[in-house]
Amino acid sequence: MSDIVLSMKGVEKVFGAFRALGPVDLDLRAGERLGIIGPNGSGKTTLINCITGVYRPDKGSVHFEGRDISHIEAHRRARLGISRSFQIPRPFTGMTVLENLLVPLDYCHVDGSREERARSVLSSVGLAGRVSDPSESLSQLELRKLELARALVGNPKVLIADEAMAGLSEEEIDEVLAILLALNRSGVAVIMIEHIMHAVMRFSERIVCFETGRLIASGTSTEIAENPLVQKVYFGE
Amino acid sequence: MSRNSALFLIGVAVVVALGFLMPWVLKNPFYFFAGYVVLQYVTIATGWNILGGYAGYINFGAAGFFGAGVYLSAFLFTTFGLPLPLCILAAAVFGAILGVLMGYLTLRIQGVYFAIATLGLVVVLETIVHNISALGGASGMAVYGPRPPSWSPGPSQYNFTVMLVIAAVSVALARFVEISWIGRGLRAVRASEDAAECSGVPTLRLKLLACALSGAVLAAAGAPYPFYTSFVEPVTAFSLIIGLNAIAMPLIGGTKSWAGPVLGALLLASVQQIATVTISSELNILFVGLVLIAFVAFAPGGIADLFGRRQGRARS
Repeated sequence: MSDIVLSMKGVEKVFGAFRALGPVDLDLRAGERLGIIGPNGSGKTTLINCITGVYRPDKGSVHFEGRDISHIEAHRRARLGISRSFQIPRPFTGMTVLENLLVPLDYCHVDGSREERARSVLSSVGLAGRVSDPSESLSQLELRKLELARALVGNPKVLIADEAMAGLSEEEIDEVLAILLALNRSGVAVIMIEHIMHAVMRFSERIVCFETGRLIASGTSTEIAENPLVQKVYFGE
Repeated sequence: MSRNSALFLIGVAVVVALGFLMPWVLKNPFYFFAGYVVLQYVTIATGWNILGGYAGYINFGAAGFFGAGVYLSAFLFTTFGLPLPLCILAAAVFGAILGVLMGYLTLRIQGVYFAIATLGLVVVLETIVHNISALGGASGMAVYGPRPPSWSPGPSQYNFTVMLVIAAVSVALARFVEISWIGRGLRAVRASEDAAECSGVPTLRLKLLACALSGAVLAAAGAPYPFYTSFVEPVTAFSLIIGLNAIAMPLIGGTKSWAGPVLGALLLASVQQIATVTISSELNILFVGLVLIAFVAFAPGGIADLFGRRQGRARS
């Protein structure tokens, strides 16, 4: 299919004797909203690390826009348009909120004024009032928003939100969902890894479920909710 | 150029100009002899901070770079009669190459392992120098420096002005790194290497650049040393005291900005020089150790951070 932006074929990652992932085949269409679920240790974050280049897959290949990116560094993948947020927010401490966004802008090519672009993204995630504050002073929700803003500022084609709603209240979850939906409407494909089921069900056009490093189910939210393999993973026999 | 950068450059130019005029006001050469050491440490602390402060990679090998600069300069001058500015330039280039080599071998390890690996560099270089007879081996070599130019009243004053220029260039370089994309990238590396890499920062290349710049400044700091002492030996050129001071001064002054190492070096090196003359040269190290422990325990951000927090409280 020509509209496939990201494609994984037979991706495997092994740590010593432990197979953390794979083999996994997974495609992402341009502008798609894909949810990834699975219990802790099922290989979701390992998959993300293989896509973003934090890990190199031991076997298989990752293609982005038709190009094999399996062996290129994470920073080059980020510049190509694969962006991510982290499960535990990792602000660039010692910098202001604005400076946190200037870092990707220093290294990823974006047209126009860098500071204007950073301010506009901060405004779109509701951090316009915290531009000059040190990143250490942000609340949990604001840190999540900063993570997303930093991932968005370089105009990515794929955004991977790794548990971007963990530890947030219901209203805060709605805020983050609204940001991700608005981003998706602008044409960015979003992969959401999440344990908060109602959020991932509301957000995703397609959901895939992982267990012990393998993809065990794929479908719409209704299909996934009714899938006996998924029910077994979450509720037991 | 921003207003701050213009003010900074004017400030540096004024300091250098005053340094050149000082020999005509202060007649006692001892002030220049002691001032040289203070400026040498300003340069060392500034160079160390580019990698250790901005990127957060604690380098215990500062003495290795300094010693390499000392010996290369001494060798080039005694063997080929190279003029002092060229000796300094050659030392800086050599320090940069040494920094890149050290970086390639060690930058994939972090924390205490990186620190131990850099400490090994000092031992390796010192052992090499010990075994090269052209460099005087373990017994050292005498270096009779160039005659000071006519505008300088004596060798102490000349060495002081040379070191002042090196220190000024080093501080200007550190400030440029700090406010540029290089500094922002290095601070991102310090905060989270994975997050920096996933934001498009080429972390390994940036760290190698920091190693090269830091190595160049540290080696340049050592280049005039043979002419200051007229004699070099491995034990003093690769002294661990240099490595200790290189870490202590930025930590005491503050590692986040170029001003921290300058402040820390000015304070600590000045007190050391005063203690050497009035109490004992051996007590220097005890003093450095005690001050370092006090700062790590009670003010980990250093003097600059304490000052910044006080200003912040006053504003609010």
